[in-house]
Amino acid sequence: MPRGYAGKFLDVDLSSEKIKDTVFADKILRSFVGGRGLAVKILWDRLGKKWRSVDPLGPENVFLALTGPMTAIYPGARVCISGKSPQSNGIIGSTNSGEFPSELKCAGYDGVIVTGRAEKPVYILVTDDRAEIRDAKHVWGREAPETIRALTKEVRETLANRKPRVGIWRDPGLIYCGPAGENRVRTAAVMQKISHGAGYGGYGAVMGSKNLKAIVAKGRKSLPDVASPGAVKLLWQEVDKRLTRKDRSWPGVWGTGYGGYSVGARSSSEPVRNWQEEWHDEKSFGGPKFDFRYWVKRYWSDFNCGAACMKLAVIKTGPYKGTFTDNPDYELEAYLGPNLGIFDPGKCIYLSALIDYLGYSGINGPNTMAFAAELYQRGIITKEDLGFELKWGDVEAFEKLARKIVKREGIGDILAEGTYRAALKISKMKGVDVTKYAVHVKGVEIGAHGTRSGQDYEPIGYACSVQCGDHTSGVYDAYRDMRMIFLDSAVVCSFCDSDLLWDYYRAITGWDTTEDEWNRTLGHRITHIQRAALLLGGPDIIWDPAVHDDNPPRYYEPLPSGPYKDKTTDKKTVEEMKKEYYEAIGWDERGIPKSEVLRKLGLEDVDNVLEQLRK
Amino acid sequence: MSERRTIWIFRDYLKCTGCRRCEIACSLQHEGKIWPEASRIRVFMLVPGAEIPHLCAQCHDYPCVASCPVNALSVNDDTGAVLIDKEKCISCLKCMDACPGNIPFLHPGDNKIVICDLCNGDPQCVKVCQDARFDALLLLRQRGIKDITKKLFAQKPEDLTEDVATNIYGEKAEELI
Repeated sequence: MPRGYAGKFLDVDLSSEKIKDTVFADKILRSFVGGRGLAVKILWDRLGKKWRSVDPLGPENVFLALTGPMTAIYPGARVCISGKSPQSNGIIGSTNSGEFPSELKCAGYDGVIVTGRAEKPVYILVTDDRAEIRDAKHVWGREAPETIRALTKEVRETLANRKPRVGIWRDPGLIYCGPAGENRVRTAAVMQKISHGAGYGGYGAVMGSKNLKAIVAKGRKSLPDVASPGAVKLLWQEVDKRLTRKDRSWPGVWGTGYGGYSVGARSSSEPVRNWQEEWHDEKSFGGPKFDFRYWVKRYWSDFNCGAACMKLAVIKTGPYKGTFTDNPDYELEAYLGPNLGIFDPGKCIYLSALIDYLGYSGINGPNTMAFAAELYQRGIITKEDLGFELKWGDVEAFEKLARKIVKREGIGDILAEGTYRAALKISKMKGVDVTKYAVHVKGVEIGAHGTRSGQDYEPIGYACSVQCGDHTSGVYDAYRDMRMIFLDSAVVCSFCDSDLLWDYYRAITGWDTTEDEWNRTLGHRITHIQRAALLLGGPDIIWDPAVHDDNPPRYYEPLPSGPYKDKTTDKKTVEEMKKEYYEAIGWDERGIPKSEVLRKLGLEDVDNVLEQLRK
Repeated sequence: MSERRTIWIFRDYLKCTGCRRCEIACSLQHEGKIWPEASRIRVFMLVPGAEIPHLCAQCHDYPCVASCPVNALSVNDDTGAVLIDKEKCISCLKCMDACPGNIPFLHPGDNKIVICDLCNGDPQCVKVCQDARFDALLLLRQRGIKDITKKLFAQKPEDLTEDVATNIYGEKAEELI
């Protein structure tokens, strides 16, 4: 058995309530590693031939929560969530951190594979080498704090009853969906702890569609054995030293929460009022304003992470008293701040906590909310459509809107489809094209980093990415960008990346994989399968690379303000870079993976299915 | 006769990040691998934001040692730590019952009792906490081992959580506990 792995995956069919262990051959694990890579392999093997007809929110979809061989053993433990995405209709690997991945591995499992649909709300409890499906009626409809509290209590009591004489049982780790996921909102996140969303891909909705409220894990075993224990111990100390360096402002001291001011003010790449602008110089929104007034823990973290980019924010006075959340981190800070016309830290923290509590993805969700607000600003949707006014900066209105979307009430039902699908519906409903206000790439709302100023993200970073609007996995040259796929497959946090990553990987697994092999072969294989699934798409939307391998229209409008006023993304550059990227990765001029490239990589089955697109 | 100075680990719960690197350092030291549930220090996370490192407080009167029916527990005079004779331990958990904080537990591997041994005077958990300048664990040097205040730190995780959560969240804590 390869080292670093617990050695088996939990395979649960919620329709038949059958639970079994699945083991993958060493050869597959060496190639696809875990997390995103292995997810791609599992999904393709199970659904590839019928991909287009698989409804992401139907029982035939496969929900995946996978760790990797480095997870929890290398600093920054995360879990990778995947499946057929209800946003892109392809495959997205979406990770979040917390105590779930280490608990799962300590329970003897590397991941959980869920198919089918439970008749009524359930959760899966994983303990040492066993799993069970349990009733979740009492937590269905509950927001994050209540869900965590109830399940933590219940599982601790259950375990203490089963094994009362081993000492006090600790809390388990869990992933769960909020009300947004339960109501199959396509921008629902899979949550971990109080504020960690795996948002890209919309897998909260997949959980909801399966009547799966949560997966809870508690393990008492050790983390899996490694190939070279002495080396791993030394490497852990070395990487930890790098992450806890005392002279780094980021991410430890400032978190990413200092970015809500600086990304806008310095690099003009922060969403402001649905990306109508990307610059602001609102010092009221500066890092220290969050820090001095609201942060009660400067260093807040998850398992095996000394980087501590999180900060515990608590509101102690005023109308939002009792609110608590992380930072907010830069993405939520931008998306629930300037992008809604909000420049008040307290209001931003309040909305950020609310969105997390509802399990509504903090990037994707408020992207749709801002899209709605722009339509309101332009008079395309009105007070009659909404039931209230929706002005920039109005926290109460945005809270109402979020709740309406999460419950799929009225126009919320349309907005719950995500920005692009909502844009298509509203265009039809109102008889005007509103897709030009939708800031997404292939159905995935874009992270809070723009391309127009030229100071932040690459012009084709999103346009050609198999992860679409995901800001954590943009493309560059089909070589360097493979690193992010590795981090998502070994499943460790990119903030904990280091120069020792590959030595560490080899010391854990005992394999001889090199970075070059990954960047030229293994990473490409994963990219091609993701690309194939994305191009097949369906059943509701099928992407055309000629049209959709592009930035949203807004990214070609000139910036209206700030030091980079009038700058914009150059369409010609995008087209040139796109061509270069296609060539580098091995896609034809239409963006379809080339037959000979796929066959050379041993992906004949992918090539056969893609034949239908080449006609 | 002057008493020697012994070490003691102070816990500043408000500063605990929940990174659990103390568990990693502890289990690497004692088990040679990362094994959170075998770690002599275990961070309880019963309420988000209220992270509670739970470990032996070396009570001045050592009720655990007194409770052991087979004399498997003893006190190290140099460090004040409780030492376990695994050969003798019968896993009866009487020491856990006697501990005001129910801190001892059974090792998930050999099923024998686990209690912090202060790493023979050089606690690895404190080191990693200090290295990252989180300072949730501090090494204090005290005269002798008879300080009665130490026993007050031997509390159940639920009770510690309630206090710390109230400190952080005020009235809101009631909803979270």
